[in-house]
Amino acid sequence: MTETSRHVTDGEDVAPTDDSQRAMVDETLRAEGDIGEARSLTQDAWRQLRRSPLFWVSAAMITVFVLMAVAPSLFTSLDPAKGDLSRSRETPNAAAWFGRDLQGYDIFARCIYGARASILVGVFATLGTSVVGSVTGMLAGYFGGLADTLISRIGDIFFAIPLLLGAIVFLSSFRGDDPGYFQVVFQVVLVLVVFGWPSIMRLMRSSVLQIKPNDYVSAARALGASPVRILRSHVFPNAVAPVIVVSTINLGVYIAVEATLSFLGIGLIPPTISWGVMVSDGLPLLRASPHVLLFPAVFLSLAVLAFIMFGDAVRDAFDPKSR
Amino acid sequence: MGKYIVRRLLQMIPVVLGATFLIYAMVFALPGDPTAGKCGERECSEAYKAAFYEKYNLNDPLPIQYGKYMANVVQGDLGENQYGNDVAGELGDRYLVTGKLALMALLWEGVIGIAAGALAGIRKGGFMDSLVLVSTLFLISIPVFVTGVVSQFFLGVKWGVASVTVSADATVYELLLPSFVLGSLSMAYIARLTRTNLAENLRADYVRTAKAKGLTPQRTVGLHALRNSLIPVVTFMGYDFGALLGGAIVTEGIFNIQGVGGYIFRGVNNRDGVAVVGAVTVLVVAYLLVNLLVDLLYGLLDPRISHD
Amino acid sequence: MTTVTTDPSAKQYRPENGRLLDVEELHVEFHTQEGVARALNGVNIYLDQGETLAILGESGSGKSVTAQTVMGILDIPPAKITGGAIRYCGQDLLQMGEEQRREIRGPEISMIFQDALSALNPVFPVGWQIAEMFRVHRGLNKSDALDQAVHLMERVQIPGARDRVKAYPHQFSGGMRQRIMIAMAIALDPAVLIADEPTTALDVTVQAQIMGLLKELQEERQMGLILITHDLGVVADVADRISVMYAGRIVEKAAVHDIYANPAHPYTEGLLASIPRLDRKGQELYAIGGLPPNLTRMPPGCPFHPRCGRARDICSSDDPDLLEVVPGRLSACHFSEEVLNG
Repeated sequence: MTETSRHVTDGEDVAPTDDSQRAMVDETLRAEGDIGEARSLTQDAWRQLRRSPLFWVSAAMITVFVLMAVAPSLFTSLDPAKGDLSRSRETPNAAAWFGRDLQGYDIFARCIYGARASILVGVFATLGTSVVGSVTGMLAGYFGGLADTLISRIGDIFFAIPLLLGAIVFLSSFRGDDPGYFQVVFQVVLVLVVFGWPSIMRLMRSSVLQIKPNDYVSAARALGASPVRILRSHVFPNAVAPVIVVSTINLGVYIAVEATLSFLGIGLIPPTISWGVMVSDGLPLLRASPHVLLFPAVFLSLAVLAFIMFGDAVRDAFDPKSR
Repeated sequence: MGKYIVRRLLQMIPVVLGATFLIYAMVFALPGDPTAGKCGERECSEAYKAAFYEKYNLNDPLPIQYGKYMANVVQGDLGENQYGNDVAGELGDRYLVTGKLALMALLWEGVIGIAAGALAGIRKGGFMDSLVLVSTLFLISIPVFVTGVVSQFFLGVKWGVASVTVSADATVYELLLPSFVLGSLSMAYIARLTRTNLAENLRADYVRTAKAKGLTPQRTVGLHALRNSLIPVVTFMGYDFGALLGGAIVTEGIFNIQGVGGYIFRGVNNRDGVAVVGAVTVLVVAYLLVNLLVDLLYGLLDPRISHD
Repeated sequence: MTTVTTDPSAKQYRPENGRLLDVEELHVEFHTQEGVARALNGVNIYLDQGETLAILGESGSGKSVTAQTVMGILDIPPAKITGGAIRYCGQDLLQMGEEQRREIRGPEISMIFQDALSALNPVFPVGWQIAEMFRVHRGLNKSDALDQAVHLMERVQIPGARDRVKAYPHQFSGGMRQRIMIAMAIALDPAVLIADEPTTALDVTVQAQIMGLLKELQEERQMGLILITHDLGVVADVADRISVMYAGRIVEKAAVHDIYANPAHPYTEGLLASIPRLDRKGQELYAIGGLPPNLTRMPPGCPFHPRCGRARDICSSDDPDLLEVVPGRLSACHFSEEVLNG
């Protein structure tokens, strides 16, 4: 956890003071016609996003990486598993753009094929933590009382175990003798969800606690709407923004965690192709053939960068304070 | 205040029990032979197995095993690891190293992170701001194992300005580079947190008041705005210290540091359950205690927070 | 006087013929994404020793911008001062260096704000914040400065001042916090005090106490007081003269009693008519229709004409100057006399 998985959003809780200089400018600018044009938060966020170059750059990068994961053959016709030992550690050239590694594998092809593991883990770990965290967070925040105490304490338990540490113990305990590709991916996703949901739960819970006292929630309750309906139609849409932001950033973080686990030899293992494994393999060759390490490290960093930038852009759009 | 501390300590008990049970269960309740690998390549003798099972109460149902284990832990007995060494004693030595590493990482984070964040926040949108935003983005994106390995290679091996590995003594000089690598991610977060908060506080009413009082710009920014901006930053650093104590598995691995992270990692690989559970138990308690301290510190830093 | 002792020879600024402040043709713009907002369009005000000038106007009329420009605490950018002069004791503040201006803020001109809770720093004790004035401008040591702070807190009638000097802003009531703001502002015996909506955030009874305290301090120290407000009720008892602002310009200037008796601008007329009055019980309360103009898209002619009941053709083409209607009274309206005569 210390090394790969924290995000700052937990700490940003200082109440902003009323900002009168800007209010003054706003007031000064108030236009007669603009008052009625109320825009919803999401529409407003989208308008903001469309103007952000950060958003477009990161979205383009993410699209490329997702395409690599889905259809690697679009990017290379080479076989990543076909080694040519006679060309071991060949430096980049016209035939092998990124050169070859110790086994004579084509590094470019392996970088392309390595995207799949990272994207799979990132996407599913994010989906998992978001779903589990949101549901538990909503229950805790909305119903309070015993449900809140129970969920919060259970969350504390999982939160008290550092992510990377928990993942190492968990994976080394549950690892079968010869796990298949999807089994390993599933295990890594599972462990990230098990140890990652409390932070989303806390975020959702505090967000719901802010929404709950609002009149539209009381009104829905007074009108006899069922708790499920209130949560689905009134609470969730208004409380979800911070979860979206943090989840997007977490996607990048989870990719880094997966690579770290693979680097430590606990996540994905050869013959599975993964950036983390490639970096790990490249380490001993750092002095003589730095390109073996360089390219997978760059791919990995770019993927993490893309999601973190995307998260930044989304946060700026959802959080008017940061504009 | 006293009441608050007692309440928090009481709340910690179920969390500590839950977290340690979880680890205990993962390590000991698994299918498979817990003595596997303990006797070299071949299987352990029946007698050894029986003694092992007896010693760690492995014939009891899981909750009872765990209960007996915790009863020993409360008395300061974390058991013996596979080499027959006292886990509590070994952890003590390793915590000295990890604690030193964590403190130094914290120092890097604090000094560089706050300085960079303050420079960026003073002029949001300026050159320094863009520079800090871009460089922190890179620090956050490049996984620690890459930063660690690459910096070790260039600074340690190639240019020889830093120590490549860390001896058992773990001197300050040897830990300079590892602690920087360990702190680098949080450094980026601290820079961003400082920047966001400072930029926000600079627009606060009380900063305008400070200007109206005829204070110098240095005093207005450096004292009034920064004092407020640092509250969440110091809190973040406190929690981070708690997390760093958890051991830096990757960093300790790369630089061969004899710390807690490496101890746990080796324990996991060697299936040394007693060592792993003992280390994680200490770590969870330390983490929770540090968090409690940070919450108390928050009350001191922000007079608006009351712990009554 | 209070126990605050300042060496009179240290005062390098002396008013000529009692004139403290002369603001001439002040122009201020805000540069924003939506365009250039002309926040001030040639504002003229003056202030003499011991008198109270009220600047009256709706939010967005430019009254706070005027105050902050005089104070020198406007954020530049987005603001930009495009013209005019602010003479304090004959010297133009706009020509001074930043360091010189900083030395004026506090000892010469000081200011109190609307919301004392956010205007005071939440993490420092109130006594410390008052004492800071003495430490920064007078070089007093910590304990002497704190003693002065206690005296000031006593002077603004904070009960148990000596015990509460170490308390934090959030531990005080709204009225007490505003008293602390006032203590801080008068600490160095300034010649000019600008109060920007000092009572807006307070209960009515507390409002009266705070206004009473301000009036008392002003008489005691012969300060010139600029009172910025949108509340005509607050002004009546305290102010000597009134300048009414609309859309970044002054539309009417007069002595306080003249305005109440007989406004000379339709906007002032509207403001007066919208005050609830006991003698008009039962009648419908008047409200000026419409909203202040967008300062990035000012209407042609008189800026008030879209909302003015008296508007005629000329109003939408010619912008009226601020002219003397009768001696001592100025109004920027093509039909001032008509308004004045009812």
